[in-house]
Amino acid sequence: MLDADFFRRWMTAAAVSVEHEAERLTALDSPIGDADHGSNLRRGFTAVVAALEKEAPDTPGAVLVLAGRQLISTVGGASGPLYGTLLRRTGKALGDAAEVSEAEFTAALRTGVDAVMTLGGAAPGDKTMIDALVPAVEALGESFEVARAAAEEGALATTPLQARKGRASYLGERSIGHQDPGATSAALLIAALAATADAPDTTGTAETHGTTGTMGTTGTTGDADV
Amino acid sequence: MKMLINVAETVVADALRGMAAAHPELTVDVENRVIVRRDAPVAGKVGLVSGGGSGHEPLHGGFVGPGMLSAACPGEVFTSPVPDQMVRAAAAVDSGAGVLFIVKNYTGDVLNFDMAAELAADEGIRIAKMLVNDDVAVTDSLYTAGRRGTGATLFVEKIAGAAAEEGQTLEQVEALARQVNENSRSFGVALSACTTPAKGSPTFDLPAGELELGVGIHGEPGRERRAMMTSGEIADFAVNAILEDLHPRNPVLLLVNGMGATPLLELYGFNAEVQRVLAERGVAVARTLVGNYVTSLDMAGASVTLCQIDEELLRLYDAPVRTPGLRWGM
Repeated sequence: MLDADFFRRWMTAAAVSVEHEAERLTALDSPIGDADHGSNLRRGFTAVVAALEKEAPDTPGAVLVLAGRQLISTVGGASGPLYGTLLRRTGKALGDAAEVSEAEFTAALRTGVDAVMTLGGAAPGDKTMIDALVPAVEALGESFEVARAAAEEGALATTPLQARKGRASYLGERSIGHQDPGATSAALLIAALAATADAPDTTGTAETHGTTGTMGTTGTTGDADV
Repeated sequence: MKMLINVAETVVADALRGMAAAHPELTVDVENRVIVRRDAPVAGKVGLVSGGGSGHEPLHGGFVGPGMLSAACPGEVFTSPVPDQMVRAAAAVDSGAGVLFIVKNYTGDVLNFDMAAELAADEGIRIAKMLVNDDVAVTDSLYTAGRRGTGATLFVEKIAGAAAEEGQTLEQVEALARQVNENSRSFGVALSACTTPAKGSPTFDLPAGELELGVGIHGEPGRERRAMMTSGEIADFAVNAILEDLHPRNPVLLLVNGMGATPLLELYGFNAEVQRVLAERGVAVARTLVGNYVTSLDMAGASVTLCQIDEELLRLYDAPVRTPGLRWGM
């Protein structure tokens, strides 16, 4: 079962990962966007971690709703509402249970991804974050690790696509040959999830203080009981 | 790249502090990033709120004041503002007559204003939204994010602002704003890429001898790259691109807009060429505006916007306006 602490650690891991990868995300955003994806997400996830420390929500749903609201309030651009909606709607779908099963979380995340598709009007193949999120949620039934790999593969597979949504769509054929920054950051979010599932929960809420303790991305700790 | 800044992180806040110092007739909330005309809310008047990424100055904060916007929300550089800013702005300017959100068609602006409209409605504010999408360089189809909102934003804000000022209803102001947008088209050209403070290097690589045709206002590349052309050749290309899509029977408003790093000497020369092409094509120009109004940081280049008008639109365009970036008649 997954509790509020698990989701807090996921958000913290995502924040650390975004911090590490901000320059790469911005570099990916430079040729087909406007070179700010990394800095915008960094601002958002920094606010998420601060808010989770301050308000300390005690259910999985409340953690994700709070995180989503922070992203909407701080990121701006398209990624703010889209990532904010992903987390908020996933959190709302989890309700107020103190713990949720992996299956319940998978179903909730699917609700969140559907909400993102509705909001942004994007479908798989449009060269957006959806190209990482949809395969990830499909694979989540198997394991977090398979979902991580599916998201990563989905992000890489955006390179030959022509963008149909967002600012990159203005480039038409010239968007081909560039990996989508949104799909890349979505894969980071799923990788942080897998790393959190993989890391032993030894520190409780202390993990919310921005340490890198949950950032191991290799499966060296064996299967955590999630 | 040298810039007159402290650090990239505070560029927007620093600019707002300076704007507040220069324009005591505006209320500038630096912390929450909302610029409001000092006398808001004006009783019985529809509120006009716009906003978008910073870096396009004077758009939008420079267009706040009597006769134009009631409030503006500046986002981070080239990044849409967040719904909190827009809700705050709407609450500050709503007198009960409702608020019109003027939104440029960029995915981030659209999504954030959509969310803000819902939140403001929850607070009991009557909200209408209209989308500016005048850029003919983008194919408007299911397979793009649709035409971008660029230079026509100025005409929409000016004309809708005049209508609101004289007490027209939210429905009337919204209808006028839509009418202006539907009759407006723009096309932009870049001679150099711009440099965002956060990145510190040009957002795209444009060799010295080339220009980019059909650029947007965020330094996003255009639809075509060619060897450098003369001012006259660029005017032919830009005006023809617009007239392929807009066939004005009435006179037009003309905006010859600088992208930020092109001097007025060049812009006036370009305007002469644009006027020549319009005359050759039999398009009468009722009013002309030349200058840096919808900029893209330090990008060199220009955009052309035409807006077909009737007598009523011209009357509203000519109505008095007093803002930092546009001022006449008062």
